[in-house]
Amino acid sequence: MAFQILVNIIIAFMWMFLSESYTMPSFIAGFIWGLLLVLLLNRFIPGRFYGIRVVKILKLILIFMRELILSNLSILKLVYTPRPEIEPGIFALPLEVKSNWEITLLAHLITLTPGTLSVAVSDNNDILYIHAMDIDEVDESIKEIKNSFEKAILEVTR
Amino acid sequence: MSESAEVIAGVLIFLGTLISLISSVGLVRLPDVYTRSHAASKSSTVGVLFILIGTLLYFLISEGYFSIRLILGIVFVFLTAPVAAHVICRAAYRADVPLTQTSAEDELKEYFTVNEKQSGDSPSP
Repeated sequence: MAFQILVNIIIAFMWMFLSESYTMPSFIAGFIWGLLLVLLLNRFIPGRFYGIRVVKILKLILIFMRELILSNLSILKLVYTPRPEIEPGIFALPLEVKSNWEITLLAHLITLTPGTLSVAVSDNNDILYIHAMDIDEVDESIKEIKNSFEKAILEVTR
Repeated sequence: MSESAEVIAGVLIFLGTLISLISSVGLVRLPDVYTRSHAASKSSTVGVLFILIGTLLYFLISEGYFSIRLILGIVFVFLTAPVAAHVICRAAYRADVPLTQTSAEDELKEYFTVNEKQSGDSPSP
């Protein structure tokens, strides 16, 4: 991915030198031409076309924003019910993501989403221990985390 | 021009203070460390976020000044608040702070005790 972006920037500089105008608009024009070239010559460059990955990152950010707003609404509901009948608890989530970077990102996202808070990671990076506000719906929340966050992270990194 | 800026900034900052208030009420009302850090980590992050965005939009609309420092502030609050909550929870768990009475299950406990027996003095869940 980094290599493709570097190629794209070099093409943009080439465009600036060819048109002999060293301004931001000509850099942007060159960058767009470079994007097309990288897309066309994608077969000869290692890795997927990096535009796909950028779109996936944006999608991850959007999912995250939605979950953040939902989590605040759930906290609001919880704080203002007279006698909240909650059953907190810690459950284990088996991880599919492997590298440190992915686990950090997943724990971060889990902490900022409704009703869950990451507490610890096991030594061999296989299990993430999550504190849940309401333990009743563990299976559901595991499925939800798997489907939304872990899938989105895997789409970005693989 | 500046009136609309005042309205937008006012609404955003009001929302931010409201969310911060919810967060602090949650700190008082919830039963144990872990549930309290739920309230502290989520709501206060978003409260600060709303206040900073309100300030950014106010100066952008009324004075045409785009403050990169406020954007950086938002990013750093986002990056650091959940990590702080995670570390506080982990430290509380390792210091044997009990969960509240109504807690249903605790899967970390098994892992913690097994791990402590195996590796002697250096358990690290």
